[in-house]
Amino acid sequence: MLSKKEKKLIKEIWERLTPVAEDIGSDALLRMFASYPGTKTYFSHLDISPGSAHLYSHGKKIVLAIAEGAKDISQLTVTLAPLQTLHAYQLRIDPTNFKLLSHCMLVTLACYLGEEFTPVAHAAIDKYLSAFAAVLSEKYR
Amino acid sequence: MVQWTDFERATIQDIFSKIDSAVVGPAALSRCLIVYPWTQRYFGSFGNLYNAAAITSNPKVAAHGKVVLAGLERAVKNMDDIKTTYKDLSALHSEKLHVDPDNFNLLADCLTIVIASQMGQAFTPDVQAAFQKFLAVVVASLRKQYH
Repeated sequence: MLSKKEKKLIKEIWERLTPVAEDIGSDALLRMFASYPGTKTYFSHLDISPGSAHLYSHGKKIVLAIAEGAKDISQLTVTLAPLQTLHAYQLRIDPTNFKLLSHCMLVTLACYLGEEFTPVAHAAIDKYLSAFAAVLSEKYR
Repeated sequence: MVQWTDFERATIQDIFSKIDSAVVGPAALSRCLIVYPWTQRYFGSFGNLYNAAAITSNPKVAAHGKVVLAGLERAVKNMDDIKTTYKDLSALHSEKLHVDPDNFNLLADCLTIVIASQMGQAFTPDVQAAFQKFLAVVVASLRKQYH
C-alpha cells in the first residue's frame, strides 16, 4: 500500500535517475550477476561483461521502464501491459528473479544516493518494485 | 565447511574493521523495523515504534542494534566455524525468542543497504557478493538449531 507522499517520493527519485539510467541499470544488473550467478542464464545471448554496450543498453531499458511506471503508479497495469506480455510469453523469466534484481537495484540506489537513501525512501521504493514485479508477472498463468 | 576465498576473507575483515558498529547496528535494525514493519512484533517492550522518526530515535532500538552487531563481530572473528560460534544464539532465537528465521534475511538485507550507502562506489558487485555470502552463512547458522 503506497501513500500519496510515497508515490510522490518514488516519482521524484526515478525522475532524477532517468538521465543516468544506463549507469544505474547496468550497475544493478552487474550486482545481480555477481551475487546470483543463476540469473546469468537468461543472458546467454548478450555480452554482459562490465562496461559492455549490451549491459548499458539493457540496464537503461529496465530503469526507463521502472521510471515510466513511477510517473503514475495507479496506472501500472496499463503502462506495463506490453511488458507483461513480453515477460509471460517470450522471456518467461522465473518471477523469483524479480526479487533478486529489485534487491540489487536497492543496493545500487544506496551506493548512488548515500545518506539520501533514507529508511523511508528505501521502504517506498521496495514497495514500488514489489508492486512492479507483481504486475509484470500477472500474465504468466 | 564453508570455503572462503582470500578476497572474501579480506573483504569481510576490511568492512568490519572500518565501520562504526555503534552507528551501523542501530541503523540496520531501525531500517528493518521501518522497511518491514511486521518485524516490530518482536519488540513489543521497546515503546514508541509508531513512525520512522520514533524508531530512529528510540534508545532501546539503538541499544539492541549494537547487541546485534556485536554478535556479527563474533562471526567475523570466527569465520571458519560460524555454525559452532552461533549454536547457543540459534537456540536462543528459536526456543526463547521464537523469531521466524525468515526475518534474519530481512535484517541482513537492511544491513547490506546500510553498508552500501556508507561505502558508496567502494561497495562493488564483488564486495557485495562476498558480504552477502558472509550474511548467508550467518543466517544459515542462526537457523541451524531450529526444529
